[in-house]
Amino acid sequence: MNYILGWSIAFLIGASALNVAMANGEGRDQALTRFVVPMLFGASLLVLWEGITRGLNVPGVILPAPSAIWETFQANLGTLREDFVQTFIKGALSGYVIGAVAAFAVALLVDASDFLRRGLLPVGNFMAALPIVGIAPILVMWFGFDWQSKAAVVVVMVFFPILVNTVEGLRATDRMQRDLMRTYAASYWQTLLKLRLPAAMPFIFNGLKISTTLALIGAIVAEFFGSPIRGMGFRISTEVGRLALDMVWAEILVAAIAGSAFYGFVAFVESLVTFWHPSQRRK
Amino acid sequence: MGTMETGMQTDSLEAGTEAAAASPVVIEARKLDLTFQTNDGPVQALRDVNLTINKGDFVSFIGPSGCGKTTFLRVVAALEHPTGGAITVNGMTPDEARRERAYGYVFQAAGLYPWRTIARNIKLPLEIMGFSKAEQDEHVDRVLKLVDLEGFGGKFPWQLSGGMQQRASIARALAFDADILLMDEPFGALDEIVRDHLNEQLLELWDRTGKTIGFVTHSIPEAVYLSTRIVVMSPRPGRITDVIESTLPRERPLDIRDTPEFLAIAHRVREGLRAGHAYDD
Amino acid sequence: MADVALANHARGGAVGAGLRRMSAALVPVVVVVAAIIALWYVACVPMNIKEALTQAERAGAVIDPPSAIERRDASAIGLVFRNSDHIGATFGQERPRLPAPHQVGQELWNSTGDMVLRGRAFSKRSLIYHAWVTLSATVLGFAIGTVAGVALAVGIVHSRVMNMAVMPWAIASQTIPILAIAPMIIVVLNSIGITGLIPKALISAYLSFFPVTVGMVKGLRSPDAMQLDLLRTYSASQSETFWKLRLPSSMPYFFTSMKIGMAAALVGAIVGEMPTGAVAGLGARLLAGSYYGQTIQIWAALFAAAILAAVLVGIIGAIQGVTLKRMGMAR
Repeated sequence: MNYILGWSIAFLIGASALNVAMANGEGRDQALTRFVVPMLFGASLLVLWEGITRGLNVPGVILPAPSAIWETFQANLGTLREDFVQTFIKGALSGYVIGAVAAFAVALLVDASDFLRRGLLPVGNFMAALPIVGIAPILVMWFGFDWQSKAAVVVVMVFFPILVNTVEGLRATDRMQRDLMRTYAASYWQTLLKLRLPAAMPFIFNGLKISTTLALIGAIVAEFFGSPIRGMGFRISTEVGRLALDMVWAEILVAAIAGSAFYGFVAFVESLVTFWHPSQRRK
Repeated sequence: MGTMETGMQTDSLEAGTEAAAASPVVIEARKLDLTFQTNDGPVQALRDVNLTINKGDFVSFIGPSGCGKTTFLRVVAALEHPTGGAITVNGMTPDEARRERAYGYVFQAAGLYPWRTIARNIKLPLEIMGFSKAEQDEHVDRVLKLVDLEGFGGKFPWQLSGGMQQRASIARALAFDADILLMDEPFGALDEIVRDHLNEQLLELWDRTGKTIGFVTHSIPEAVYLSTRIVVMSPRPGRITDVIESTLPRERPLDIRDTPEFLAIAHRVREGLRAGHAYDD
Repeated sequence: MADVALANHARGGAVGAGLRRMSAALVPVVVVVAAIIALWYVACVPMNIKEALTQAERAGAVIDPPSAIERRDASAIGLVFRNSDHIGATFGQERPRLPAPHQVGQELWNSTGDMVLRGRAFSKRSLIYHAWVTLSATVLGFAIGTVAGVALAVGIVHSRVMNMAVMPWAIASQTIPILAIAPMIIVVLNSIGITGLIPKALISAYLSFFPVTVGMVKGLRSPDAMQLDLLRTYSASQSETFWKLRLPSSMPYFFTSMKIGMAAALVGAIVGEMPTGAVAGLGARLLAGSYYGQTIQIWAALFAAAILAAVLVGIIGAIQGVTLKRMGMAR
C-alpha cells in the first residue's frame, strides 16, 4: 500500500498515545511537559500533512507539502525580507504607532469630559465591531499605492480598540482611590499620572495586544487593493493568481512568525509594566 | 419623640463642650443636615447633627449601617457637602481644610497602589504635596517605625498580610503630619486578634503624637477601648442619639476590657444603640 | 383602590425615569454623530476643491490661480479661500475624492429602497442582493465556526491531553493574521470545482472558530472551586456538572465570543469575495468601486457592510439580553 501515508498516520497515533501518557503521567505539571505536548501535537500534524501530500500525490497547486514550503521559504529569503519590510515595518508598525498615540491622546480628551465620553464611547464601541478593512480601497485612493496608504488603514483599524480600552481603563479606579487623592488635594494631572494611568495600564495593554493582529491584517488586506510590486499582501494575491502556492504558504509563514513575535513583544512589555497586576504576579 | 431626643442630645453636647473647654476646638458642627437625592427619592443621611471635637480627642462614631457615621466623617473631609447647617475644621470650611492638608484619611480597605512599594505608597501624598526627596525619605522612615513596619518599605503591598497593609495605609495617612486623623472602619476587615493588636498600637500612637482622631466603627468594645468620647448614632434619618464621655484612664492595657468600669460604658453604648431603634428591622 | 392608583403612579414614575435615563444616554451620542457628519461635510470642501475647480474652469469660470499645474501644488485650504464661490460644487460631484454624506445616503437609497419600490430588490445592481450574498456566507460560516468552536472547547475542558496539546495552538492562532489565507482558500477550492457560497463560508467559519473556542474554554472554566466542590459532594457525574454548572455559567462568555466571532466572520466573507474577480457580494462591490473609481459606490457598500455588522451583532446582543435576564445573570 502507501508507505508514506501509512507511516505518517502511524506517527500521529504514536505521538497521540505518547501525549496521552505524558498528560496523565506523573510529570504532567512540569514546564517541560507543558512545552513538549503541544509541540509533539503540532509536529504530528505536520507529518500527517507531509504524508498526505506525498503519499496521495496531491498536486502542489492545491496543497504543497511542508517540506516544499520550507524549501521555497529558504530559497526566497531575499524576497520575503523585502516584503516583510514593506508590509510589516513600513505599513503595519508605523500605522500601529501612529494609531496608538492618536487613540491615547483622544482617550485623554474624551475622559476629561463626561459628555464626550458618553457620546464617543458608544460610537467607538460600534466602530470597533465594524469591518473596517473595507475602507482600504478609499485610503489607497487617497494616499497612493505605497506603504502610506497601508499605514493609514492600520491607523484606523487599531484606533478604536485602543481608544475604547483606554477610556475604560481610565475609569477603572474605584471611588475610594479617587477619594484618597481628593483628601490630598491632588490636582487633575497628579491624579492622572499617579493613580489613573498606572491603574489603566492593564486595559491599555489589552487594547494594544488586540491591535497587533489587526495591524497586520490591515496592512496585508490593504495591499489587495493595490500596492507597489512588493509586500506580503501583494505577493499573496499575485502568487495565488499564478498558483504558486508554496510561495503563498511561505508568506503566510512569515506573517505567522511576525504576528506572534509582535504580540509576544507587546505581551512582554506588558509584563514589565503591569508586574503588579494579579494576572502577572509570579508567586 | 424625635424632637425630644434632639433636645436631650443638645443638652448632653453642651455639657461635653464645657468639660473639655481647656483645649482648642478642632471640628465643630452646628445643625448639620445632609440629604442625598436618589432614584427612590431623597434620603436623609444626616439630620440636625451638633458636635464639637477638641484637640487631642479620640472620638468614636458608632451605630448600625445607614446611621450616617461614615457620611459625617466624609463631610469633615469635604468628600461630601452638607445641605444645611455649618461645619468648621480648624476654623475653616472643610474644603479649605482639605486644601491645607489638615487631615489624614484611612479608609475601610488599605487601598495601597499595587504598582508602588510600601515606601513609595507612603511617599505618594508627600510627592503630591511637594516635599523634597530628602524630606520624603525621612518621613517614610519615621512613620514606618511608628506603625512597626521597619524593613518592609521595599515590599509590594500584595506581598504583605492584610493587617500589615492596613498599618501601611495608616502610615501613609500619618506621613504628612496632619493634626487630624480620620479613620473609617479601618480594622473592619481584619480578624479579631490582629484587630486587638492594631487597637493597642493605635492608642500608643495617639498618646505619643497627640493627634485628634475621628474613628468610625461598629464594634462596641473597640469604640469603648479606644475613645475619650463615644458618639452613638441612629439611622433613618441619620442622627446623634447620645454622646458618652469615657471615664477610663489614658493608659489602657488590653485587659482593661474586663473591668466593671469598661463594662458599664459598653452597657451605656448598647443602651444608646437600642434607644435609637437601631435593630427594629 | 388607593393601592392601585399608587402602583400606577409608581410605574409612571419608573417609566418617566427610564425615559429620562434613555434620553440622557442618547443625547450625547446624537450630538457626537451630528458633529461627525458636520466635520465630514467640512472635510469634503478641501478634499474635492481641486476637481471642482477644474470642472468649473471647463465650464468657463475664472479660477484663481488660472493654471491647473499651479493649482495642483497649491494647498487645498488656500484654494478654498480664494475660490469660495465654488464650495457648493464640492458636494455634488460624480466621482468625488470624498463624497458628501447626502450623496452616500442617496446612493444607499437608490440601490436599496428605491430598487424594492421598483420591484428589483434582487437585481445585480441592488445592494440588497449583494448584502444577501455576503450575509448568507457570513451566517453559514459563523454557524459552522461556532458549533465547531463549542465542540472543541467542550473537548478541551474535559480532556487533559486536548487541553495541553490543542489549547496553546488555539491561543497562538489569535495572534496570527489568518485572514491572509483567504485568497488562497478561494482560489484552491475554485480550482477543484467548489465555488460560490462554500469557500467564503469556510473562511468565515475559520475566522469565527478560534475566538469562540477560546471564549468558551474560559466560560466553561469560570465556575470556581467551591461551586465545583459542591457538585462533588452530591457525587454528580461529569455530564451533570457540565449541564447544570459549566454550561450555564459559560453563557456570558458564550455571547461575548459570539459577537467577536460574528464580526470576524463578516470580515472573512467580505475579504473572501475579493479575489474571485468581484462577482457578487459587498466585498465585490468594494473592489469593483475601487477599480472604476466609483467612490460613492465604495462608500455605500461600506455603509451597507457597517449596517449588516451592526444588525448581526445587535441580534446576538438582544438574544444575550433576553437569555441572561431569564437566567438572572444580567447586570
